[in-house]
Amino acid sequence: MLFPLPKTPRPRRIVITGAGVITAFGAGWKINAEGFRSGRTAFRPVTLFDVSRQRCKIAAEIDLPGDLPPNRLSRGDLRRLQRASGLLLLAGAEAWDQAGWTPDSHLPLVLGTTSGEMCLGQEYLLQALQTPLCFKRQTERVTHYLVQQQGINLANALGVEAEVITISNACASGANAIGHAWQLVREGRADRVLTGGYDALCHMTYAGFDTLQVLSPTPCRPFDAGRDGLTLGEGAALLALEDLNSAQRRGAEILGEIIGYAATMDTHHLTQPHPEGHAALAAMKAACASAGVTPEQIDYVNAHGTATPQNDAAEAAAINAWAGPRAVTLPVSSTKAGVGHLLGAAGAVEAAVCLMALRGQWLPPQPSLDMPDPACPFQVVRQPIDAKIKTTLSNSFGFGGANATLIFRRWP
Amino acid sequence: MSRVFVHGQGAVSPAGWGLPALRASLKNKRSLPAQSLARPGWDKPLLVRSVPPPLVRPAFLAHPRLRRASPITHYAVGAALEALGQDADLIRSGGLQLGIVTCTLTGGISYSRRFYEEVLQNPATASPMIFPETVFNAFASHLAAYLGSSVVNYTLVGDAGTFLQGLAVAAGWLDSGMAEACVIIGAEELDWTAADALRLFDRRAVHASGAGAIYLNTLHPAGVPVELAAVTDSFAATRAPGRHEAARKMRAQLPVGASDELLCASECDNSAWNDWPGELLTSTEILGEGFAAAAAWQCVAVCDAIQQSRCVAANVSITGQSLQAIAARFVNPNFLKTQTRTQP
Repeated sequence: MLFPLPKTPRPRRIVITGAGVITAFGAGWKINAEGFRSGRTAFRPVTLFDVSRQRCKIAAEIDLPGDLPPNRLSRGDLRRLQRASGLLLLAGAEAWDQAGWTPDSHLPLVLGTTSGEMCLGQEYLLQALQTPLCFKRQTERVTHYLVQQQGINLANALGVEAEVITISNACASGANAIGHAWQLVREGRADRVLTGGYDALCHMTYAGFDTLQVLSPTPCRPFDAGRDGLTLGEGAALLALEDLNSAQRRGAEILGEIIGYAATMDTHHLTQPHPEGHAALAAMKAACASAGVTPEQIDYVNAHGTATPQNDAAEAAAINAWAGPRAVTLPVSSTKAGVGHLLGAAGAVEAAVCLMALRGQWLPPQPSLDMPDPACPFQVVRQPIDAKIKTTLSNSFGFGGANATLIFRRWP
Repeated sequence: MSRVFVHGQGAVSPAGWGLPALRASLKNKRSLPAQSLARPGWDKPLLVRSVPPPLVRPAFLAHPRLRRASPITHYAVGAALEALGQDADLIRSGGLQLGIVTCTLTGGISYSRRFYEEVLQNPATASPMIFPETVFNAFASHLAAYLGSSVVNYTLVGDAGTFLQGLAVAAGWLDSGMAEACVIIGAEELDWTAADALRLFDRRAVHASGAGAIYLNTLHPAGVPVELAAVTDSFAATRAPGRHEAARKMRAQLPVGASDELLCASECDNSAWNDWPGELLTSTEILGEGFAAAAAWQCVAVCDAIQQSRCVAANVSITGQSLQAIAARFVNPNFLKTQTRTQP
């Protein structure tokens, strides 16, 4: 039963026993860890759709692998699988295999996305307008456009009967999904959850950000004094979350622990944060409170850091207010400098980056920084560096004011 | 685990603005008249059930965030404010931390279609005012801004049953203290693309727009109390052959029912409820197919029926077309124990 909720004597500890990642760096944990550790960038001219009439023309596109991992989808299902579902399946299968899970009667899938399979919605509209009396493939397009279908595809691929919950909180979707999954396991409402975020590049979203003049014509430079906007990317990351006792009982390899989460709303404006980052500050404070840690105990912040003038200024203000004296020595970076802004996947991929950093004991650099914004007194990580880190914090802020903060701890 | 009570309901539907209009249309048991909606390239228009204009322009439309917002926002805010009643002022003054769960299948589809048509014509001149309204959580954001609610806020996207998942999410927030009260809203708006798409799956279906809202709190309410007694698990019903089995599993998590209980069920899960001993309420034929909004109207209607002492308990059962079979149970705790009585 989803309600009433089971009684839990005390909150459980939640660990991550599997993680799957795909970004423009490539498919898989290893290649992404190498990319984020070295501070590579993966931007190039957009080829997926026509950008000749757009102001900006670059993004972090993924070269999809030729083959999908082994799965239980029929040939028909595989033929109908589109880009976003493919990204989700690649990340999901990696997390699933790493966790060593087997199909179970109750596995919640908690996913975050902003646009799902929007490319199919575009195709549907185009055909409906251009050839209104032709319905060929329109039913299939509608079915696979619906956001829940991507979760269903993943469940079918893994052979599980899953409860699918899809959170669409704009660019905080992935972080909200992980946070919600964390709460489900923590409060005893599920023993394990596969969770994360995904989004594929599509023309409508690209054009939308371009019309808002928030895209940069050059690779983005978060926290740079001369930053002029974000660069879009695409990707997916899924995490296998489970109760610590369960993971230890089955001898699973533990990648890290989630110890805190908070979600708040910024009601200032539909697309712009409050200049002082009030809601971001509230999210960081509440997440720390739920984790039982202070800013002094945070060893690295993976910032939302979109590289728009407004976001980075507001986030810097929030980090300064939250960290206090710790701010000047606090290592911070935005990994969007490498793979772009992944929208609904951003919070999930950045959660995976935090796990990679905790596992490998390094800090993810952003070499694109030329001249740090004086409003950002913290230590923006600019070069690959090894570091002893135990606790990391990841921020995600979205259109509409959805703010989320996650806190991770090294295991053991 | 805290007990969770319904403190208010709101509805904006093809029957009109407000719960009384919804109540009256369901009582009449007559299908509401359908309107024509032009579909480009077709001589014959699509039939839809739209929300009629409000008799009095709602004051909230003067808010700067709501003036240019798409219809789904207006419906959602209208339903939410009706459900919250006077507590809206308490929330605005910072006296009550309200969590917001919005649920939708198609979201701000009219602006999405309009924006992409502009992109196809010339991306350089597509309107930057429209694009932000196309994100699924735009209407949740507007509602939060109107109420000044700065705590947790999720937009869930999925089939009609997603609204019932939303009830469970909100109950979890109340239990964990993430929010002191929660409003759950199901909302949809009309567009020819959605009506056209629905027709591909069911030629008899009439697409409908509007919103429904349920306001939850852990405090015992004044008047006839309605308690959220259960939300079943969500059983995967993604393929037609498994839908009845999923509905059967969902039914098995609920009490067998009694003659003084009410059931609001979708057509797909009829077989699971063949032996239902109580009254049956169907809203889709009257109001139309409103996806998440329809699920919300059903919950609003059964809570209203309990408050009007037409029944002592009620189930809302939804077997969505593509995702899940799920049900919620509401009771008057003065007459029934809240624990579930599963079937033998």
